[in-house]
Amino acid sequence: MSAILNPVAAVLIVPLAAAFVLVLIPGYRVAAWINVAAAFLTFAAALALLVWRPAAPSRLLLVDDLNIVFIVLNTLVGFTTSVFSSGYIAHELEIGNLKPAHLRFYHAMYQILMGAMNLALLTSITGLMWVAIELATLTTILMVGIYRTHEALEAAWKYFILGSVGIALALFGTILVYSVAQPVVGNGLPAMTWSTLAAHAARFDPTILNIAFVFLLLGYGTKAGLVPLHAWLPDAHAEGPTPISAVLSGLLLNVAIYAILRFKIVLAHNPATIAPGPLMMALGLLSVVFAALMLYRRRDIKRFFAYSSIEHMGIVAFAFGLGGPLANFAGLLHMAMHSLTKSGIFFAVGHITRIKNTQKIGAITGLTTSHPVLGWIFVASVVAIAGLPPFGVFTSEFLVVSSAFAHRPLLAVLLVVGLLVSLGALFLRLNSIAFGEPSGDTSPDRMSALPMVFHLGLVLMIGIFIPGPIVSWFQHVAGLLG
Amino acid sequence: MSTFAFDVSHFLAGSLVLLSFFLLYQDRLPPLINIFAAQSLVLAVSIAWQAQTQNAPHLLVTAGIALCFKSIVIPFVLYRLIRDLRIHRTVETVVGIGPTMIAGMALVGLSMALMMRATSGIADLAREDLAFSLSVILLGLLMMVTRRNAVSQVIGFMSIENGLVLAATGAKGMPFVVEMSVAFSVLIALIVIGIFLFRIRERFDTVDVAILDRFRGERP
Repeated sequence: MSAILNPVAAVLIVPLAAAFVLVLIPGYRVAAWINVAAAFLTFAAALALLVWRPAAPSRLLLVDDLNIVFIVLNTLVGFTTSVFSSGYIAHELEIGNLKPAHLRFYHAMYQILMGAMNLALLTSITGLMWVAIELATLTTILMVGIYRTHEALEAAWKYFILGSVGIALALFGTILVYSVAQPVVGNGLPAMTWSTLAAHAARFDPTILNIAFVFLLLGYGTKAGLVPLHAWLPDAHAEGPTPISAVLSGLLLNVAIYAILRFKIVLAHNPATIAPGPLMMALGLLSVVFAALMLYRRRDIKRFFAYSSIEHMGIVAFAFGLGGPLANFAGLLHMAMHSLTKSGIFFAVGHITRIKNTQKIGAITGLTTSHPVLGWIFVASVVAIAGLPPFGVFTSEFLVVSSAFAHRPLLAVLLVVGLLVSLGALFLRLNSIAFGEPSGDTSPDRMSALPMVFHLGLVLMIGIFIPGPIVSWFQHVAGLLG
Repeated sequence: MSTFAFDVSHFLAGSLVLLSFFLLYQDRLPPLINIFAAQSLVLAVSIAWQAQTQNAPHLLVTAGIALCFKSIVIPFVLYRLIRDLRIHRTVETVVGIGPTMIAGMALVGLSMALMMRATSGIADLAREDLAFSLSVILLGLLMMVTRRNAVSQVIGFMSIENGLVLAATGAKGMPFVVEMSVAFSVLIALIVIGIFLFRIRERFDTVDVAILDRFRGERP
């Protein structure tokens, strides 16, 4: 198959090419359409990967059952967010928050971000994955600072400082993994390739591998927003453009988790190393409990949901740390459900803050009265993220909790307490936002509700019935994770 | 590898750690930039030496980048920047030089103890390089958390990067070292100098990030 028709190449080249085109296009309407079209093409290419895999493995790229879950999810949310973004930025331009020059930059950065995340997921080289995640982080730093307000600059600076610390730790871990593999595998590329690393891991020095994993967990854990390395996350979510909050929560955090999982697989092949599970469980549980308590004191609606993202990343890290087929399955499912639900919530929050012209929770009331459609979608989304039936998040949280009770009952109790505490906070805020006397601007919502409804529909479908092929596919991946 | 070649690389890596200590207590910006330039120069020599002993000519590119970009261009730009911003005379209040130095020594001790004990499985030179580079990285992190000035924090970040490049070049035959150093340099130039500092200046008439901290996102 020629290079142009090759979906693996398309997933990487389409965003890159689109970024070049978008830099050159002055009109924002055309640019927004190109952005949507490019995101859709990338998604289509990712779907093609489901049925067509490269026959011979290439040196730099890899498609296996694990990363394809992430790629499809990544490109799907990337596409729906680009649809949401086209409505959002039109409004930002109207009220003068952004200038046309900013938008050229914004669209190009959006595509570079998508391309970098896809590269991080597709590459088979540890070093290249690091470069891609670093690139993705830097583009989001620039986008967080795009409004140039005091708060946006502070958020971007904080993100830059903490992000670079994470980046440095992760690179040091990557170099350590290379140094430990080099005496066994030999010089050059094989010592950085996932498959070779996993195949020869049993003969690596376990002590260095342990140290390397700690660096990698802390480094990429910073990117995933795990407590105590989460400080950048709420600011970055609150001060950047809302589509970027959706992409950050829904996608970039997943990519960081994916990086940790890949290294966890390598460690799993060496019986003499420490089990990475307890470390991940500890960080995960800490994130759940801490974020649940922090939810009560939040007054800014985007910051509120950013803390909720920390909590859910904690659940995902906990599930993967627990290990075993059921917990891994639950972790994967929860990650997918959280991505879809949380980005949907950020779309809704984008609509709400646009109409009410404020991010303060106290200033937003009676949404179901003034904007029934938006209000009820928001209510349903918050019910979903709180982990209540009939939505998919309930299914995955239920699986995490039940497998936790089977293996670590004490930790499971802590987890459940964290979940209930956050449930209380979510309903407390939901009550004041959605019901009561409407406040502020009650002009109708002019943006399309389609992306939100689509995400909510998917989550609802998974909550009621998970199609057989998806179950067996996720089960297979869960088996790979050990 | 001959004892002499080993001693030279050892000496160069040790000098990097020493220069990191100089960075830690320097409270004025011009000397801070000079020391950073000196550290990058030593790094360039060290990489060139590695290229020689490992027989890896591509590392000379990395050495060239460290020499031209980090020890000449960046310091020059930073000098212009602090002159234009009129902050070249300001004395930065570094929080407790004594405790910071002791913390720095503790970090170096920690990284030596950790890496030298753990890395018996890998080649000799790589061991020392990893221990020294971890020290440089940790000292850079310490500098970033103890400083309030955006320029000093950026210098701290770049010294962390020096430590990472040292580790990467010490690992024999590691691919993508050149690409990684190019990417790092371009991104540093792009992000840090081009965007943040000018915007911070434009908004606040200062590059002291302590001022930024007042704008806590969580307003009642």
